[in-house]
This record gives sequence, C-alpha cells and structure tokens, in this order.
Amino acid sequence: MQSLLQKTNDERPLLEVKGLKKHFPITSALGKVQGYVQAVNNVEFTLNKRETLGLVGESGCGKSTTGRTILRLIEPTSGQALYKGKDLFQLKQKDFQKMRSKLQMVFQDPHSSINPKQRIGRAIEEPMKIHKLYDSKERSERAMELLNKVGLRGDQYYRYPHEFSGGQRQRIGIARALALNPEILICDEPVSALDVSIQSQVINLMEELQEQFNLSYIFIAHDLSVVRHISDQIGVMYLGELVEKAPTDELFSHPLHPYTKALLSSIPVANPEFKREKIVLKGDIPSPLNPPAGCKFHTRCPYAIKRCKNEEPVFKEVAKNHSVACHLID
Amino acid sequence: MEPLLKLNQLKTIFSTEKGMVTAVDDVSFEVYAGEMVGLVGESGCGKSVTSESILQLLNEKTTNYEGEILYKGMNLLSLSEEQMREIRGNEISMIFQDPMSSLNPVYTIGNQIAEAIMIHQKVGKKEANLRAIEMLRLTGIPSPEKRVHEYPHELSGGMRQRVMIALALSCKPQLLIADEPTTALDVTIQSQILELIQELREELDMGVILITHDLGVVAEVCTRVIVMYLGQIIEEADVKTLFKSPLHPYTKGLLKSIPHLDGDRTQKLNVIKGVVPSLQDVPSGCRFAPRCDFATEQCRENPPELLELVNGQKVRCWNYEHILREAKDHAVTTSENK
Repeated sequence: MQSLLQKTNDERPLLEVKGLKKHFPITSALGKVQGYVQAVNNVEFTLNKRETLGLVGESGCGKSTTGRTILRLIEPTSGQALYKGKDLFQLKQKDFQKMRSKLQMVFQDPHSSINPKQRIGRAIEEPMKIHKLYDSKERSERAMELLNKVGLRGDQYYRYPHEFSGGQRQRIGIARALALNPEILICDEPVSALDVSIQSQVINLMEELQEQFNLSYIFIAHDLSVVRHISDQIGVMYLGELVEKAPTDELFSHPLHPYTKALLSSIPVANPEFKREKIVLKGDIPSPLNPPAGCKFHTRCPYAIKRCKNEEPVFKEVAKNHSVACHLID
Repeated sequence: MEPLLKLNQLKTIFSTEKGMVTAVDDVSFEVYAGEMVGLVGESGCGKSVTSESILQLLNEKTTNYEGEILYKGMNLLSLSEEQMREIRGNEISMIFQDPMSSLNPVYTIGNQIAEAIMIHQKVGKKEANLRAIEMLRLTGIPSPEKRVHEYPHELSGGMRQRVMIALALSCKPQLLIADEPTTALDVTIQSQILELIQELREELDMGVILITHDLGVVAEVCTRVIVMYLGQIIEEADVKTLFKSPLHPYTKGLLKSIPHLDGDRTQKLNVIKGVVPSLQDVPSGCRFAPRCDFATEQCRENPPELLELVNGQKVRCWNYEHILREAKDHAVTTSENK
C-alpha cells in the first residue's frame, strides 16, 4: 500500500500550470480601467522532477511574466499552478511564503539583483534568515558551502558585489537561490548578460547543480541555441500565448507552427558554409494592448488563410507530447 | 586595389585617474570597398573603441591616438576637427547599438535625416525632405511619407534601427561602421536588419565594419573576420578559414564554447577558464597566456607578434604551428581508428 501511494506521487508532475492568465489593466489618469494588456493568455505546461522546460519567444511575448506569475511576484488573473497537486494561487499569502522555499528565482541582471551595500555572504544568508532556518553560525557555514558549490571560494564571503565580475555575480545569484534547498528554479535570462566564454561556464554549472540537487528548471531565454542545449522540452510563446510545445529534439527536427519555423530559421548559425532557406517574417510584433483577432500570428504568417483571421486556434496535442495552436495543422 | 580604410599600428590611449590605459594596442587592418569585415571579441576587447577611434568620437581631452588611420590614403588623425566633420556621417557613417539613445527624442525622424542631408549635400529643405522619405523607403519602412512626421518614441525597436540605418546611409557613405546593430533586437527582426544591410552594401558598394560578439551573425554575413582580445588583434582570416581552421587558442575556445544547433546536447560545453583581465594589469607576455591551455614559459614572458601566413591568415601566437600539428595528428589518428 505504502509503495503504491509512493508511486502515484512520483508519477504526478512536480509542477502543473493550467490556463494561466495575466491581464494588466490600463487605467486613465483618474483610475478608470480603459482596457487590458493580455500579457499571458491560457498558458499550460507540466514540469517533472529534474527536468528543464525552456520558454522562448521575442520581447513582449509574456515569457518573463509567466515565470513571475508562478512565483506570485505578480498576482495571476486566473488559472492554476499545481505544485505537487497543491494550487499555489489558492494559498493564503502566509502559507504561500512557506512554499516559496521550494520555488526560487534567478534573475537576468546580476548587477541589479544583488544589494550593492551588502556583503555577498549576507545576501546568500538572507533567505535562510527570512525562513528562520538554522542559527547564525550554521547559516554562515552554509553560505560558505554554497559559495564553494557554485565555484567561488568560501573566503569571498566578506566581499561586496562590485568586487565580482558579471559571471561571478550570476554565480552568487544562483547560490542565493539554492540557499533554501529549492526543487524548482525559475531562471529568467540567466546568461543573456554574460560574455560568450563566461556563458558556457554558467550553463555548465547549472547542469551540474541540477544533477547534484535534483533540480527542475524553467529556463526563460531568447537565445535558442542556449535553450536547446539545456532544455528537455521547449515552449514557444508569441504575444502572450503558447503556440507550440514539444520535447527539444522533436521541436528542432519537426517544428509545426509557422512562427516556430520562422524563429528557428532566423537563428544565426556559426558556420559560414551552412546554407538554408530563411523565412524572414514581415512586419513587427503587434502590440499586446490591441492584439489581432483570430490567430494572433496571422498578421505576420506567410501561410495565413481566411479562417486564421476570425477563429482562434486551440492549443492541442498532435503527437506524443507535441502540442501546437494552428489551424493548418489538424 | 587600394584599400578604402587602412589602420596602421593604431593605438588609443586613455588617461584615467588610475593612469594610462591602452585600450587599442597596435591594431592594423584594411577594409576594401564592397566587403563586410567582422570585428569580434568579448566586452573590453577594444572593438568598439577601435571604431570610435576611426571617427574620433572619443573625448579628445583624455584620449591620445598614435599610428595612422588612412582613409583613401588620407590620414584622418592629422585632419582638423572641421575637416573631420565633413567626413563623419558623409563619407564614413556609424550605426549604434541602441537606437533609442542615439536618436534625438524631440525631433521628428524626418527632421533628423533631412538635417544630415542638408549639412553634407548642400541641398534645400524641400529636396532634403524628399530624400529623407526616399531613404526610409529604401530601408523598408511602410508608408514613409507619414512616418517622417513621427517621433522616435512612436516607433518600435526594429523600426528605430531602420531609421538609424536610413540616417547613416542618407549621404551615401563609402564606409559604414555598424556597432552591434542587432544586439538589442529580437531574432526575427535581426534577420530583417542584417538582410537589409547586406542589400544596401551591394547596392551602394560600401565597405562595412560589423562589430559584434555574436559569432553566428559573423558567419552569416561577413567576408573577413578580425578577432580581438584585450586591445589587440589576435587572429584575422576570411570567414570560411576562421570557422573551419582557427589557429589561435582563444578563437578555438570561443567557437567551442557556444552551443551549436547541431551539437550534441549531452556533451558539456567547452569552457575558457578564468576571466578577461583588466586593461590596467595586462599580462606581460602573451595576453591570453593566463587562460590558455597551451601556454609555455615563452608565452608568459614574451609577447608574440601578429604573424601572416601564406594563405593570408594572421595569428598572434607562439605555438600555433605546434597546435596545428597536434590537431592534424589527432585528426589522422581518429580517422585511422575509424
């Protein structure tokens, strides 16, 4: 009986996001609501233990808002985020704070996400302090241990953020996120601000830590080659909606959505002898304030038909674990 | 053929509070009409300072130049400020990374383009406005006759970068310097802009210097590549040679450390150990020696010269022959094993 129960627990995904919506109200100077920016619309995905989900898309597609809403850094408009079956959005703020130790965030800009006046050791200790874990001696020991884990030295505990380079600061950000033994790390463009040679150091570190601590990552980035390297499955977003989701190799070998195809074909490839058909999209991304009716991509889609203009496509599974929202794929 | 631009042992020295800093050290290269040269390297390698030195955009009180910058045989460093102004934006133009901070927010875009045309081409306002519309059309902005009356904040990032390009090309320059022109843009917009620069280069037979840290972009659009590290050129080659058989350990390391789209995902990424040192304490021997896997005693003590090989490839490394031989031996043994 015990083992049976154990099994159902293991099969359940660690995090399940359903129908996630975030609409920001636009208000006039006097506070009257004039409309909504549909930043995130009906996003759904599951994340298993030790898995990495990559979220890609261009600026304004809602990938960062999705990450932040799950942590309730921004309160969602509607939807569910089931962590081990418990809906994070239904929890009272106090109960949610306790849960937060299991879900942590790594930010893009390591210069602005660490307090410049605080010694880095203290910065790493702070989450433990907030959650009232360990006494002060244990906390410092743990901070030093974490510094070692992310490839810095324990004796750098007393240094200030400005004494570190960008790559090292990102390591500090990761150490701080790990301080509470989380299970899920939401990483918002963690390597975008770093130089190429430093980028690979941080990516390798993140992979090592995943193995060591059984972490699950939601890896938000715009650089598709980096996302391909680190993710097990990838979700592609456009104007607040998930347009395609598939296991990494499947997505790169058989992209279905026209937007995914265009996105993949515009990645510059570091091989001058590699020639391919490029799909250059026309026009700009429409404003999320006033998104097009029907399929949101139809204004730039080279294959758009009449139906795309009027009817919104449904996000559905078309092959094993491969979902897409497009009228042309049925 | 005469090169359009020839840098001859250019040094750019800043005087800072902490002493003299040589941000660009002994840089020489040529750019010919109609070719696109990539200038790549990580932050602090001197790629942007090199380009700003060509147009002398740096603060003249704290900057000293040495060497020569020959544009069509004329040394730009010996020109007066007035003469330089004739050249900037007219014969040599520049596109900057961030279009929002390089356009004037209180003038319409048409105004800004027409101003440049009026200054350099000595035409009337009406004619300049017509040409501004023409330039915007050339860069693929829809309904340009309406857009000329808009302000920069009314445009999207991609549109603004097109305006920057229209502005830079408005006087039909012979040399265009593009400093990270697509870094702030999304990938689908990036490919639009790169395609546009390519088309215009062909049409106007311009020489283009493309400054970027993205090796993918370089591989797609450049004909020749110059790799910089800590203020020096460490390798130069045509694009195919550079990506196929890079000689300098730094270039090799860089190429191996980016995740490739057809790469094996289970493999760890290659890492160049350590960090780029500060320009204030440049290593005394080869500047890359502290991070190099092949460094020897000689590398740590004596700075290597930039050598030119028979195929035109240039490399600044004491051990490149040895490294090359080892790579060949390795290739032979692996193919024998197969």
